[in-house]
Amino acid sequence: MAKIFNKAKKAPRYNPAAKLEEVMTGTTVFNVPFPKDLDALKDMSPIVIKHPYYVEYLHSYGQDSPFFAGLANRKILGTRCPKCDYTYATPRMHCTHCGEETNWVEIPQEGRVHTFTTCYFGSEEFLKETPFHLVLVEFDGVDTLLLARLIGVDGPEDIRIGMKIRAKFRRNSQLKPTDVYFVPVA
Amino acid sequence: MRPVYMVSGGVSKFEKARPDATFQKMVKEAFDYTMGDVPRLKPSMIDGSVGSYFSDHFTRQLMAGIMATDYLGLCPKPNKRIEGGGATGGLCFQGAWEAVASGRMDVCVAFGFETMSHVQTWKGNEFIALASDVNFDYPVGGFYSGYYAMMVNRHMHEFGTTVEQLAMVSVKNHMNAYANPYAQKRKKLTIQDVRNSTMVAYPLTLLDICVMSDGAAVCILASEEMARKLTDRPVKITGVGTGTDMMRMADRPHGDVILAPNEKKSDYKNLKYPGVHSFRAGRSAGLQAYRMAGITDPKKEIDFVELHDAYTSSEIQTYEDLALCKYGEGGKFVEEGHPFMPQIDYGLKLKKKGTIPVNPSGGLIACGHPVGATGLMQAVFAFWQIQGTIKKHYGFPDLQLKKANRGLIHSHAGTGTYVTVSIMERGW
Ligand SMILES: [Zn+2]
Repeated sequence: MAKIFNKAKKAPRYNPAAKLEEVMTGTTVFNVPFPKDLDALKDMSPIVIKHPYYVEYLHSYGQDSPFFAGLANRKILGTRCPKCDYTYATPRMHCTHCGEETNWVEIPQEGRVHTFTTCYFGSEEFLKETPFHLVLVEFDGVDTLLLARLIGVDGPEDIRIGMKIRAKFRRNSQLKPTDVYFVPVA
Repeated sequence: MRPVYMVSGGVSKFEKARPDATFQKMVKEAFDYTMGDVPRLKPSMIDGSVGSYFSDHFTRQLMAGIMATDYLGLCPKPNKRIEGGGATGGLCFQGAWEAVASGRMDVCVAFGFETMSHVQTWKGNEFIALASDVNFDYPVGGFYSGYYAMMVNRHMHEFGTTVEQLAMVSVKNHMNAYANPYAQKRKKLTIQDVRNSTMVAYPLTLLDICVMSDGAAVCILASEEMARKLTDRPVKITGVGTGTDMMRMADRPHGDVILAPNEKKSDYKNLKYPGVHSFRAGRSAGLQAYRMAGITDPKKEIDFVELHDAYTSSEIQTYEDLALCKYGEGGKFVEEGHPFMPQIDYGLKLKKKGTIPVNPSGGLIACGHPVGATGLMQAVFAFWQIQGTIKKHYGFPDLQLKKANRGLIHSHAGTGTYVTVSIMERGW
């Protein structure tokens, strides 16, 4: 759940807008009330049912696959265009500027915070990880940025644009982009 | 291409949840309202339709477009679905424009809807975040509010924009919505209220961010000949533009600003553009639409704007993209009062209040954002504004602008990946 970031207020702590947390649980219904008079049906309350929906994907990283192999081997791989020399921190196999096929190159493991945020809420998959810090990382000699998590700081007040950060890798690769994350340089 | 007019519009009230109606019924409500406003239009005179909704996940129903089409009684006429994230509704409006401009149709219905209440907010955030690169972005962030928060932090760093300036957008749009019965959130707020509300993604609070909604909106577009037959107050669509940008904001390049006619290269000597602080797609869409409509200084030649304020920050960024002010001056633009309504008291001291009202309807922040309907909702509110019929449709005259001959509508997706701009003008 979202957390209150603001500092405690001095005023009395009455909150008439307080609400219980919304959940998706409910009572299983076996009997549905029904009127004798069909004209009354237009006033019937709507029936709302819970419907779970679960899918397992066989998601291929396709031409991006070497990036994930790189993370598993403690390397950040980007791509570089042989024609216009444009270097992508988030790899793409074809240059968006000239259409050439790019080559894999290793990206430095130290960079700077280009911008950042701290998320106190999120999509369901990441809700349990909140609050978490996101950064776009800029690297010397690289034209585009990399989206990553930053750890080792408490809140947004500890993060500065331009601050030096360095890559760390999960020992047990999950083959996800979060196999690499960043920490402040001491 | 031939001239295209909007002849009618309608909106279902946007609400957090509409368990009493399926999406077809919501579209029907908006459609019937729209048809009721042009009694001379008989269903047999409609040549076809375009429909829009953003996410199949929200409806858990594929081919929902045809289900709305058949519910409206528009079969067996042509229809297609148009989708482009947050800009879905704006693209749909332009899809109907294309059908009429090309001569394929004389009367075309554009309808859009979204039923976002079928899942909890965090699941909805997940569905929306699937509209970010699932190899590189979704697994790291998975949250659009976080993406926009990163963009505005860079904007604040580049240009000195403040959180109070962001909050002013929220105060303005919630207050505007106060007299709009179709809006989901009608609140009188202070800057402090906005800053004290729950932090969602620093620096964006709950009141800096639009909410999820159930809702539908419908526009009817027609050729000149049909428009004259159907209504005494047709609104002409004089410019359309659509821009695109890279899906991953990490990929946004650093180059020169695409200059608006009222700007010089020297205005932006050291600005790396678009970076993550500006929306190149928004500028591109705006400039195309201005060129087509013959607009050279939008701030002087446009009377009002309905823009895609999914975030208070993106409203400020969009002032700049649309050349309502120079890049970097968006924060100052709102602080001085330019985008406020001249006749409404916001409880704020504003030096230059109301030079170009932005989001007189309350925008997405206050009206809600049922994605497929939103861009069409803006067209409907702009249409009524230009017609001078706000009182008739809202029940109150408070939000009617005295001068509303030419308006701009703007629809926006991703972190600025698809943006549409359309110009609407008094056509009688
Ligand atoms: Zn190249």
